[in-house]
Amino acid sequence: MKFTLSWLKDHLETEASLEEITEALTDLGLEVEEVSNPAEMLGAFHLAKVTSAEKHPDADKLKVCQVETAAGPTQIVCGAPNAREGITVVLAKPGTYVPGIDITIQVGKIRGVESHGMMCSEREMELSEEHDGIIELPSGEVGQSFADWLAENDPAKIDPVIEIAITPNRPDALGVQGIARDLAARGLGTLKSRDVAPIQGSFPCPVSVSIDDDTLEQAPVFYGRLIRGVKNGPSPAWLQAALSAIGLRPISFLVDVTNFFTYDRARPLHVFDADKIHGGLRVHRAAGGESLTGLDEKDYTFTPGMTLISDDEGVESIAGVMGGLRTGCTDETVNVFVEAAYFDPIRTAETGRALKINSDARYRFERGIDPAWTPIGLDHATQMILDHAGGEASEVVIAGAVPDTDRAYRLDTDRVQSLVGMEIPAETQRATLSALGFRLEGDMAHVPSWRPDILGEADLVEEVARLASLTKLEGKPLPRPQSGVTRPVATPMQRREGAARRHLAALGYNECVTYSFVDEAAASHFGGGDAPRRLENPISRDLTHMRPSLLPGLLSAAARNQARGFHDLALFEVGPAFLGGEPEEQEIQATGLLVGGTGPRDPHGSRRPVDVFDAKADMEAVLAAIGAPAKTMILRDLPGWYHPGRAGRVGLGPKKTIAIFGELHPRTLEAFDVKGPAVAFTVLPAQVPFPRKTGATRPALQLHDLQSVERDFAFVVDADVPAADVAAAAAGADKALISEVTIFDAFSGEKAEAQMGAGKKSVAFAVRLQPTDKTLTEKEIEAVSEKIVAKVTKATGGALRS
Amino acid sequence: MDDLREKYLSAIAEAAEETALETLRVQAVGKKGEIKLKMRELGKMTPEERQVAGPKLNALKDEINSALAAKKSALADAALEERLRSEWLDVTLPGRGSARRGGTIHPVSQVTEEVTAIFADMGFAVAEGPQIESDWYNFDALNIPPHHPARQEHDTFFMHRAAEDERPPHVLRTHTSPVQIRAMQAQGAPIRVIAPGRVYRADYDQTHTPMFHQVEGLAIDRDISMAHLKWVLEEFCRAYFEVDKVELRFRASHFPFTEPSAEVDLRCSWQGGQLKVGEGDDWMEILGSGMVHPKVLQAGGIDPAEWQGFAFGLGIDRIAMLKYGIPDLRAFFDSDLRWLRHYGFSALDVPTVQGGLSR
Repeated sequence: MKFTLSWLKDHLETEASLEEITEALTDLGLEVEEVSNPAEMLGAFHLAKVTSAEKHPDADKLKVCQVETAAGPTQIVCGAPNAREGITVVLAKPGTYVPGIDITIQVGKIRGVESHGMMCSEREMELSEEHDGIIELPSGEVGQSFADWLAENDPAKIDPVIEIAITPNRPDALGVQGIARDLAARGLGTLKSRDVAPIQGSFPCPVSVSIDDDTLEQAPVFYGRLIRGVKNGPSPAWLQAALSAIGLRPISFLVDVTNFFTYDRARPLHVFDADKIHGGLRVHRAAGGESLTGLDEKDYTFTPGMTLISDDEGVESIAGVMGGLRTGCTDETVNVFVEAAYFDPIRTAETGRALKINSDARYRFERGIDPAWTPIGLDHATQMILDHAGGEASEVVIAGAVPDTDRAYRLDTDRVQSLVGMEIPAETQRATLSALGFRLEGDMAHVPSWRPDILGEADLVEEVARLASLTKLEGKPLPRPQSGVTRPVATPMQRREGAARRHLAALGYNECVTYSFVDEAAASHFGGGDAPRRLENPISRDLTHMRPSLLPGLLSAAARNQARGFHDLALFEVGPAFLGGEPEEQEIQATGLLVGGTGPRDPHGSRRPVDVFDAKADMEAVLAAIGAPAKTMILRDLPGWYHPGRAGRVGLGPKKTIAIFGELHPRTLEAFDVKGPAVAFTVLPAQVPFPRKTGATRPALQLHDLQSVERDFAFVVDADVPAADVAAAAAGADKALISEVTIFDAFSGEKAEAQMGAGKKSVAFAVRLQPTDKTLTEKEIEAVSEKIVAKVTKATGGALRS
Repeated sequence: MDDLREKYLSAIAEAAEETALETLRVQAVGKKGEIKLKMRELGKMTPEERQVAGPKLNALKDEINSALAAKKSALADAALEERLRSEWLDVTLPGRGSARRGGTIHPVSQVTEEVTAIFADMGFAVAEGPQIESDWYNFDALNIPPHHPARQEHDTFFMHRAAEDERPPHVLRTHTSPVQIRAMQAQGAPIRVIAPGRVYRADYDQTHTPMFHQVEGLAIDRDISMAHLKWVLEEFCRAYFEVDKVELRFRASHFPFTEPSAEVDLRCSWQGGQLKVGEGDDWMEILGSGMVHPKVLQAGGIDPAEWQGFAFGLGIDRIAMLKYGIPDLRAFFDSDLRWLRHYGFSALDVPTVQGGLSR
């Protein structure tokens, strides 16, 4: 919402400065977004008088002028055709910034002649586009400030323009008067009454108006009247200036009148050329399929239920949104029909949105204009037309009735203070509401018709608080909920998420935050891409589906980094994946991705390509960090984006997956344009059961003084026997004595088969025996070894390697 | 006997290795060594002679033994010296498998933890809620009825809705405010929570991304006022920006879910692109806040006649940019390794109230 200071002062009698006004506006909730004050910019320009002007000795088009300034006579070289003796000019002294040419004036020599300043055109000072010559003022004293001269002689030129942001609850502030009312209530002046006397028409209105019964809800009232014999044409200068100042193009007087009241009183109006109306006007719901060429010369077709205004020829106007081109007023219009109506905000908004029309009228109707002002607005417009375009007004035609907006809410002055936390005397609270137009009856506040946003007691609190000024609010300590040391607040799951994140970073991974939505192909690749997870209105084709996994985002990130020349990557993300389209189908995942080598090449030959065991080790570290049980099983049924032979699913049972790891499928890398090798893992923190809280005490540490014994074994087994099964069998041979089984070698492949036979491999492990009551004898060790061999042989079909 | 002494001491001094020393030891003080032999001769001497020769021989034996020991240790020292000399390495070579460079925590995570630490100290727990949200939680419950103009201003992402499903389409939450409702429903009053997390709006330009992060705050009790809100936000800003004092300005505004509502500005200065909080003449809008609207309390199952309180919401990415001087929001979600390393945080830099938030 834009307005000029002088426009505001048409409604507000005030001594307040521009700065006081803008500060108050922002504080009141009418946030000032921009103030452009020409006077500030013009402050450095002063009046001067040309005492002589001679032709420049070396240039035909230049003149050497002697100029009388406040600081005495000076010489200026000027190229303007009208530079001549005797004229009063506007001078930019050396050091003055001239905005229109974006130059700070310097003392200089022009074709060998010294020049001490510049005499300006209007364009050079950004006052207008005028640049035929320098400004010649009809009055003014040498040394007078140009801003002061303009203030006295042409105030419109230096009228500050204020632009404020209007929150959706303040349709009343979409008119200058509403803004003035807020300022007056704040104490920045008094609201001027600009009432006009009711106008009695001198003849019956020849245009009839009706509202269909089924349309009264969305168009409850329609006032109109004909003014005959008007003379349309350009608006008077003050009106043109007012509209231009806020960025509206003056069109013709009759149209400008409607724009004026739209901004002056938040009261949209419409003017029809009455001679183009066939029969009466009827306000009705669209049946669907009707069409109209709007004032913007675009064609619109309507869907059922939209509010339309039609005559015998068809649709002539889209109620509250835009008039039709055919019946619009032109310079030739002599009989004008003025419409002042009230249209329902929701219906107007829906229609405007569906037709994609953003008009000043729609903007106001959809936020809610003052219905009570409908007849008064018509009189105001009539008066202005009669004053400037002449003519004769008819009686008013009315269809429907002004809707009753009367309602009242209780003002609880104590509750107001308790909520705001400020001392505001009850009397002040009541006075505030009165100044805003509320009518107080006892402690009931009746809401003014222009405040559709006031719908409860809480709204009264807001009005009192914002007028009292929240800027003055002083903070007051909020006591802790319990006294003493702060209690912990993180949930076990929150701690788990944090542990996973910090641990991954400690392992050398860089945390990424990638978008929750990915493109359809990427989503489909990871088991998503279905309709429930599709966005109805994605912002781009790359971001259409909620991600089923964190991997697509990380893989795309890897591809981007490879394109930038980074080939060894360790990326991770801890965040939500979406298993379906319902709110409860969201789960936290922690995913790591390793690409390329384990690190930079070094002289020790440490670098090697990452492999599945890197992913496994890091996954196990994360699982340990979040407190997963040590005993898990590795299952080999895997989603398709992993290498079928080089990945595993970590389960607490066949169906309870807590993590998954592996080398990514070559097709996955191809789909994301990532150059491998690439391995990844995902941990599902919520799937790991939370241990029962047993207090902070640890079980007692069991230490044995007796020395443990370590023995190595190697078995030849079928190549498809999991090493973990071999180790598990060994561990089960004597649970009391065997404290640990560690696999330290696995030998498979061609060379192994050459030694051990086709389809065979060797698995070697160390067994640690921990006696608890006496040192083991060689014989006892031998006995356990035999048990181990027997157990492993039985469980895996393998044989001790000889 | 002096000859003997001279002979062995000089031989020991000249010995170049341990084996030579051993030979000398055997020759001199071994069981059949010259000194031992001489000692055996003592028996044949007169007591007077023995009185003189005995101590002399013993002294000679001790002297030779010490010389042997001293020389042995000198030889060992020399050998070690030599070994160490041969073991010299160029230690300017890089460390082994300095492998991956240090991992990093994303600024969004770090700042979320900073915010959490500060509010936890004031008794706020962390609440969470889903990101695909029903329109009731995202709008209706927050006093934004279906036709409210604020709905249009939210640039909402809608989820696809199957034709046979009559429910209104779900939305991607446009703010963290729906978590207020879920938290109130779950816990009732009194309550103090913050709710950080991802939010979504269909907007993309220099300063907007379709996904960003907010943190919501909610405090409900019997007598909580807007003055408490101001204090809490002042304390938060002071702690978060790690300055001794801050100045906040409340400005009346409008949000459907709070009444009264205020935008909050922070006093600051911008010099050479650097933000200084608590000084200067600029005011920077940092968050929106207000007293929870009675209808919102009702939606959360809390009686507005009995309870009241405040809510606020601020942008995590934004305050991260302000505090750490990160210029471009879009880069937050681009995962450029250079950016992650430059703006990321060390794994062990866990922000705490007692240890400080940033290094």
